[in-house]
Amino acid sequence: MPLIETSDGPMWKRRTPQKRLAIFMGWLFGFVIVFYAWRLISEKTIWFFVQDAPKQAFDIATRMVPPKFSYMERLWVPVWDTLNIATLGTVIALAIAIPVAFAAARNTTPHPIVRAIAIFIIVASRSVNSLIWALILVLILGPGVLAGTIAIGLRSVGFCAKLLYEGIEEIDHSQVEAIEATGASRMQQMLYGIVPQVLPTFAGVGVFRWDINIRESTILGLVGAGGIGIELSGSINTLAWTQVSMILLVILLTVIVSEWVSAKVRGAII
Amino acid sequence: MLRLEGLSKRYKTGDEALKGVDLEIPDGQVIALIGPSGAGKSTLIRCVNRLVEPTKGKVYLGDLELTGLSSGALRKARRKMGMIFQEYALVERLTVMENVLSGRLGYVSFFASWTRKFPKKDIREAYRLLDRVGLMHMADKRADELSGGQRQRVGICRALIQDPDLLLVDEPTASLDPKTSRQIMRLINELCAERGLAAIINIHDVLLAQMFSQRVVGLELGSIVYDGPPDGLTPEVLTRIYGEEDWEATIENVDDDDEVEEDDGELVNVGIAKRTGGNE
Repeated sequence: MPLIETSDGPMWKRRTPQKRLAIFMGWLFGFVIVFYAWRLISEKTIWFFVQDAPKQAFDIATRMVPPKFSYMERLWVPVWDTLNIATLGTVIALAIAIPVAFAAARNTTPHPIVRAIAIFIIVASRSVNSLIWALILVLILGPGVLAGTIAIGLRSVGFCAKLLYEGIEEIDHSQVEAIEATGASRMQQMLYGIVPQVLPTFAGVGVFRWDINIRESTILGLVGAGGIGIELSGSINTLAWTQVSMILLVILLTVIVSEWVSAKVRGAII
Repeated sequence: MLRLEGLSKRYKTGDEALKGVDLEIPDGQVIALIGPSGAGKSTLIRCVNRLVEPTKGKVYLGDLELTGLSSGALRKARRKMGMIFQEYALVERLTVMENVLSGRLGYVSFFASWTRKFPKKDIREAYRLLDRVGLMHMADKRADELSGGQRQRVGICRALIQDPDLLLVDEPTASLDPKTSRQIMRLINELCAERGLAAIINIHDVLLAQMFSQRVVGLELGSIVYDGPPDGLTPEVLTRIYGEEDWEATIENVDDDDEVEEDDGELVNVGIAKRTGGNE
């Protein structure tokens, strides 16, 4: 509503009065909800426990230092397992996600029904957390690294396929059109017109997901699906706090290394 | 010979881009297709190789009716029609050589194209073409490292390596500076003459159209409103194609201008300055 005539010339405001009112009401509503939720939570909290939270935290912290460095010799194998779970899981995920992404992208899907199925696969995979996948798979496959690897793979399919198909949909169509005009088949159009354009996305998504999977695979052991999480849950259950702090330290270092590697790889490819 | 019979295209949005166009282009003739934006120039050439599916009418290349072909036969027919694009439409992340060789995709199997194993003859022809357009030293550069004029020359190589009977050229100079535009248009013209190729060149620039074609077709709102020699583009004709404007300065003596450029680069600018002045 831009223009208002006033006595000293035209005036311009960004929004109409109705819109300004609507926005104000929106903010007001938001604040009321926050205030109400605040009160609800506060009523249901046992403040007695919260009051000594700093003391408890300090207590655990003191019991955690110094980390038990000698424990490291028992951690090498679980750490290696964790890395393998993440890496193999990502490879499995990409192998499934690439065809799913091509089936889900509007410009490459062979048929709307195929697209619907592909989208469903993506949503189904994304809606289940990898810890829950692991819980189920441990029941089916028994505890161990295999269950963890497949859990990571299944969870990552949706994530990778979604980012990949969005990448495929965003390509420059004129390059594909030019390849089509030469008399190339549909598969050749994909190979020459589409794949070169989405390759950086594929590499970026793969490395990004690998990075996330390293973090996710550190907790899978909590449900028995292999990796360093088994040691972590064992140490917490036996109240071996110096071991817990050692494990947390190792996880931290692993994540820092993976972060560094993925940054390097991404820089090299894109 | 290319023949269009009553070619019509109505887009899903209801826009009627072509209204029953009849056109015949003999072998070896280069025609310029001029007209305002939205006149249907792009649609027309895309209806020929069916990148855009015409709603009515027929297209014949020689004796072959393109409009009736199944998708497999259409792919075969497309191999005989090279296309050159406004924004070059090179695959940016492939090398110059891969871009040129992609013009042979219609002739090689999927597996061969995947592993980039093109026949020796194709590779030799690719190098010959790159040499012809002066880009031999760029063969292994990635396409996105090239300048506009260089990219368009790669685009030309990609079209020519198809060994086409017909070139479909969509605004080849729209993204180029005036000097490069002339060089590209001259190159297309020379190559068509060398190979006896017919070509339809969509072009905005009336002066370039006059300089580099044997015949000019004016399109307005999906219908042909002029079809004749380049020097028949009188102010009245241009008004019919584009609408009312002062056209006097746009129309030049084509032959003089062309000769001047061969001798001396300095004088070209005069011609261009004059032209720009006329358009405003």
